[in-house]
Amino acid sequence: MADVKKVATRQSYGEALKELGALHNDIVVLDADLANATKTEIFKKAFPDRHFDCGIAESDMMCVAAGLATTGYVPFASSFAMFAAGRAFEQVRNSIGYPHLNVKIGATHGGISVGEDGASHQCCEDFALMRSIPGMVVMSPADDVEAKAMVNAAYEHDGPVYMRFSRYGAPVIHDADSFAFEIGKGEVLWEGTDVALIANGLLVAETLEAADILAQQGISARVINMATIKPLDEELVLKAARECGKIVTCEEHSIIGGLGEAVCAVIAKHGLPCSVERVGVNDEFGHSGSAGELLRQFGLCAGHILETVLHLFRQPIYKIT
Amino acid sequence: MTKEEEITLRKTACKVRIGVLTATHGAKAGHPGGSLSAADVFTYLYFKELNIDPQNPKWEGRDRFVLSKGHTAPGLYAALAYRGFFPVDDLPTLRHIDSYLQGHPNMDTVPGVDMSTGSLGQGVSCACGMALGLKKQGSAARVYTLLGDGELQEGQVWEALMFAAHYRLDNLCVIIDHNGLQIDGPNEKVMGLGSIPDKLQAFGLNVFQIDGHDFQAMEKAFGAARQVKSKPSAIVLETTKGKGVSYMEGQVGWHGKAPNDEEYTRGMAELSAQLAELEAV
Ligand SMILES: Cc1ncc(C[n+]2csc(CCOP(=O)(O)OP(=O)(O)O)c2C)c(N)n1
Repeated sequence: MADVKKVATRQSYGEALKELGALHNDIVVLDADLANATKTEIFKKAFPDRHFDCGIAESDMMCVAAGLATTGYVPFASSFAMFAAGRAFEQVRNSIGYPHLNVKIGATHGGISVGEDGASHQCCEDFALMRSIPGMVVMSPADDVEAKAMVNAAYEHDGPVYMRFSRYGAPVIHDADSFAFEIGKGEVLWEGTDVALIANGLLVAETLEAADILAQQGISARVINMATIKPLDEELVLKAARECGKIVTCEEHSIIGGLGEAVCAVIAKHGLPCSVERVGVNDEFGHSGSAGELLRQFGLCAGHILETVLHLFRQPIYKIT
Repeated sequence: MTKEEEITLRKTACKVRIGVLTATHGAKAGHPGGSLSAADVFTYLYFKELNIDPQNPKWEGRDRFVLSKGHTAPGLYAALAYRGFFPVDDLPTLRHIDSYLQGHPNMDTVPGVDMSTGSLGQGVSCACGMALGLKKQGSAARVYTLLGDGELQEGQVWEALMFAAHYRLDNLCVIIDHNGLQIDGPNEKVMGLGSIPDKLQAFGLNVFQIDGHDFQAMEKAFGAARQVKSKPSAIVLETTKGKGVSYMEGQVGWHGKAPNDEEYTRGMAELSAQLAELEAV
């Protein structure tokens, strides 16, 4: 995919906020001294009187957003995923989640691809944290087109939303003119019958690449972009389990508590005979390096997805009799 | 404030205290100590200061109140009930299964509650968000928030105060119930706070320090706070924890314990006597 255009979805976030801000006066944006990195500065330049820096105080920022929401504004509170979901978890849970306030959290710099900053900034736990809050919508887009559509959908949705964006460029795989986004709906990018690859974020493009190689080896892989982790598109997961019998989940997140476990839970609940392998960060911290090197080293790449699928095909299949 | 009005407020405060005992006794749990130290300010706010309409609790133009020290919900609920937001008879259902009177304030179930709280340190930030929103909308509504002195140990409180001063939230009034006690003992033994007014002043607030059981003093301070421009105000109330019930006054053990039947009867007798005395004035 060398010649494909790449855009970091944090950039898409900032641009989408600006576009949306022009249409809706009730949008306000909060940041915690990272406007330049989260790209909310794009909104700030256009609407300086609707952008509020909270200083390096993410806990306060989440509750300020909650208070603003009670007066009818639709606040987008922004920081790095580590601090939005991590530092301010309890504020998000108690002051936004519990009263079900209309706050949108735009968390950039999710996952290992944060790169050089190292483990302190590489948040691979945010899906798990945010999924556990009742009523919270949790999403992560695959590319620029989806990210922008997601920000719009988040605004239209009444209730709390957590969105994770990336620092690292993602290949643009969607066509902006024909793309439609719906919260809670997965997207089948490739039809296939032997195995289903369910991914989100940066790993969607990797999954497509893996599916291409699998096809050359005679394995028909279905590729599903599951941008909404919660509420999960259970129907699509069950259909994949029934029709393919094998699933590999791919996410730039800990294998604990993210998309992979959400998929497993659905399959277990329905007692389907379907093997699942989870590609993700294996319960360990990251470290410094370039995003590309890290993604390869941690197996968050087409090559490792491919290996994982092939491994599944080598395993004995236990049939329920 | 006329003497008559003051007596009326004192009588209402007595009823709010009766409500606190009734609710915590009915719940067999809850926090009477900090509810009683703040009973007078709850009364002053809901019966004098706040521009509210019990018939229309979500009215957009209303003043807001955020109980940042959410554990003293029994005091807030009692004031709301006597003000007519919901029946006083419901107070004993506090903390019961399926009651709308949750252990800590819930804005989605209790009429008149403007923010769900309970986790100390958060309410004051929410109040900042409300004040900012109302200010931007050009609303004349004001936002009040009540914090415990122990609560000031939460770092987030100071993040919020910086925010309030930075954005010149002069429609925000931060009230501190300085009863000197928290759960593990006196503030100064648990984690020394130093001079609360000095700290608030240093954070850019306009500070008043008054007797938190004196309605005349409250009228002056709240009135003056409304006149302050381009700065948030803080009112430090010097109070007695457990105020009004002799065996609870100044006793750290009554922070989060309900009166048993005998204690309840004794406390109710004391408060009824206080009320009768005021009726006789
Ligand atoms: C974040 C958080 N930590 C701990 C508690 C448990 N807690 C409830 S009340 C309390 C003491 C509060 O003391 P203070 O603020 O002085 O309140 P008051 O004396 O007025 O009741 C504590 C520690 C809590 N509710 N929230």
